[in-house]
Amino acid sequence: MSPKEPTTMSAPNVPSPGQAAGKPGGRQDKLKAVNLNFFYGAYKALHDISLEVPANKITALIGPSGCGKSTFLRTLNRISETIRNTRVEGQVLLDDEDVLKVDVTALRRRVGMVFQKSNPFPKSIFDNVAYGLKVNGFRGALKDAVEHSLKRAALFDEVKDKLQKSAYALSGGQQQRLCIARALAVDPEVLLLDEPCSALDPIATAKIEDLLFTLKDQCTIVIVTHNMQQAARVADRTGFFLLGKLIEYNTTEIIFKNPAKQETEDYITGRFG
Amino acid sequence: MSFRNRWRKILSSLMLSLTGVCAVVAVSILFLILGLLVYNGWRSVDWNFFTQLPKSPGETGGGMANAIVGSCEIVVLATLIGLPVGFMAGVYLAEFGGKTFAFLVRYTADLLNGVPSIVIGIFAWSVLVVRMHTYSALAGGFALAMILIPITARSTEQFMTSVPQTLREGALALGASKWKTIATVVVPAAHRGIATGMILGVARIAGETAPLLFTSLNNQYWNTSLTQPTASLPYMIYTRAMSPYDDWHRQAWAAGMVLLLLVLFANVAARLILSRGIAVQK
Amino acid sequence: MPTSAALRAPRSGPGQTWLRRLTNGDEVARLITLAFAATILLLTGWLIYQLWSTSAVPRHKFGFGFLTSSQWNPVEGQFGALPFIYGTVITSILSLLIAVPLGVGAAIFLSELAPPGTSSAFTFFIELLAAVPSVIYGVLAVFTLVPLMRDYVEPFLKKTLGFTALFSGPIFGFGYLTAAVILAIMTLPFIISISREALLEVPTEQREAALALGATRWESTWQAVVPYARLGIFGSVFLGLARALGETMAVTMVIGNDPSLHASLFSPGYTIAAVIANEFTEATGELYPQALVALGLVLFLLTIVINALARLLIIATTRRGSAHP
Repeated sequence: MSPKEPTTMSAPNVPSPGQAAGKPGGRQDKLKAVNLNFFYGAYKALHDISLEVPANKITALIGPSGCGKSTFLRTLNRISETIRNTRVEGQVLLDDEDVLKVDVTALRRRVGMVFQKSNPFPKSIFDNVAYGLKVNGFRGALKDAVEHSLKRAALFDEVKDKLQKSAYALSGGQQQRLCIARALAVDPEVLLLDEPCSALDPIATAKIEDLLFTLKDQCTIVIVTHNMQQAARVADRTGFFLLGKLIEYNTTEIIFKNPAKQETEDYITGRFG
Repeated sequence: MSFRNRWRKILSSLMLSLTGVCAVVAVSILFLILGLLVYNGWRSVDWNFFTQLPKSPGETGGGMANAIVGSCEIVVLATLIGLPVGFMAGVYLAEFGGKTFAFLVRYTADLLNGVPSIVIGIFAWSVLVVRMHTYSALAGGFALAMILIPITARSTEQFMTSVPQTLREGALALGASKWKTIATVVVPAAHRGIATGMILGVARIAGETAPLLFTSLNNQYWNTSLTQPTASLPYMIYTRAMSPYDDWHRQAWAAGMVLLLLVLFANVAARLILSRGIAVQK
Repeated sequence: MPTSAALRAPRSGPGQTWLRRLTNGDEVARLITLAFAATILLLTGWLIYQLWSTSAVPRHKFGFGFLTSSQWNPVEGQFGALPFIYGTVITSILSLLIAVPLGVGAAIFLSELAPPGTSSAFTFFIELLAAVPSVIYGVLAVFTLVPLMRDYVEPFLKKTLGFTALFSGPIFGFGYLTAAVILAIMTLPFIISISREALLEVPTEQREAALALGATRWESTWQAVVPYARLGIFGSVFLGLARALGETMAVTMVIGNDPSLHASLFSPGYTIAAVIANEFTEATGELYPQALVALGLVLFLLTIVINALARLLIIATTRRGSAHP
């Protein structure tokens, strides 16, 4: 476990760093979906998904376009609710508590998200990272917290001289790392990433993948990716989705070397994409 | 080349040049208007114009000071009522609207936008002037506010809807509540467009005359009470222009020039603000 | 887990009492903004109600005869709307006859021929025209247009077309034709702006198909591009019509204030908006002002219908993006 720099967080709502990580003797499954069904209006997009996400590991969700992996990810922090006419059946458990029945803003503090296309706010770099802290009533030293997050996201050195500049002045890869820093600022226990590198070049992608390795000690990571090689590179466990169903879920090694289902093998070997 | 083909080519060039003529004519109208107003008006715009009360025809040195102040009063009143109502309604339409109710509000706002301003004046008259038994700046301000509200609501809605959904999701994913997201992310992202819409709306009502004809009416003297008839610049222009006195005609030109320059300035400024780019804050 | 307690209590959602939901910031924000949005509905409803109730007396007295009678005699209590409806319609249609060819022509130039820089600059200036207040157009019309019409244009028309009823009769400068000209200038920017956008939406393939068949530039524009955009262009025409119908100040200043019907376009007349503007503050008694309100009601209904048609046409173009009938 890499030691984290101490921060002076005193707001009651934001969990202190040590407690966010997996505790000794704690539960294995940080996040669990139980018989999850998801509907866009009358259309059933997810069929009976049951999945356990282990703590402090990277879990990847792969599958062809439209298979439901992003839809599934978005139910985990209930951001799917921003679309009208959607319905969820089943359970999503965070540390054995059903997230579907609780205050959604508190949930989202604990389960953060990074989106496919980087979406920094039209504010300065500093204000972007500080946003989550301010909005959740952080009362400590903002500057230190922002600096800490930027360091965790491996971005601080590149932006330390221009924290007041607009976030849009950064390159695509930098903007995405800024979004990661922004998400990390509130110290989430789980970080959801929805195809975070799909709009980035290989070098920026490599930087983010390295970042994920350093982060997994401090939080649980779930990443959706359409790039199988990426899943093979970073993930401890991998789930294969197809047409709204979870076809197979196992350690990455088994999925890629010795899949149990024929559909998984077909996808891995590129028979369809 | 056959005769027919040659004729087709000639016709093509002819018609296309004609369209160019049309465009040049249309553009030159603006400069013509501006030119005529400046030419006829600038000599009569002096210090008196801005500081003196109107004088009887034949007396020199009259001005439109009370009309300028009166217009400010009425427009400020209308702005204080109209901008917040319009802005909030626009926020509702963009962020909260349920399907049927929002559709109804939108449709009604567009309907209200198309109502001739003199009919709005009749409404304000029947509601305020009749009840209060007096013409008043209040009634005038109310009429202008009714024009401002739907314009502001639709333009606010338009610019807020154009903020990408992913920005909202980014804020929500950090644990911000919906109203905080709107206040701290969406509105700042759309602020240029919203401000532009507001400036253009206020410039529009500042030039309106018809709704004031029987609401705030006119006043030859100073008036600061909101419940008395109040002079306004457009109304003064109207009465001076329709009078038989040359002296007053000159004043009409002068006041017209001042009003036009103000309105054009506001319009150009607003458009320049908008074209600087939307949403990128420093 | 320190925050699991925070997770447990939902702040809103089904199963919460109304009072609990009210303390939720989102719900409060929704209700506040909804209230403001509702005021738009309220004000409009109230407007319609006031127009209807404040015109009750003439409506009961004259019924639909109000619309067909051409007697406007306040002294004797005779009120008929026909001269004003006629004046409103004739000046508006006449203004369109002038503005539409000019406007569509300019729109074609700006969308098809002008280089992008020139097109934007021209459009910028033309759209500024739309911001000029009506009373300013009125001042120009009274001092510049009226003498022009009276001394040059109308005598010329009388000389050339004087054998028709439309262009015969005494010339005053004030009248239907002058009002139509100033209205045309006022509606021009709207027609140009909307038609230009409709023309810009036409896919280049349409133009290219015609050119590939050997059409001249003009033929491809007029026979392929413009018909494709016709719904939007018609929409702009209706919009221009709606604005012309309700236009008050500029028309009031040049229409001549004659509440009767005339065939000649040179003759003074009256429009609904103009008579309301001129006579409202002088109207005494009960019937007289209510008759003016009744005229306002007629104008209101007229512009609503035309505006609705205009919007339907404009929506049809942007949604379907093609000129299917």
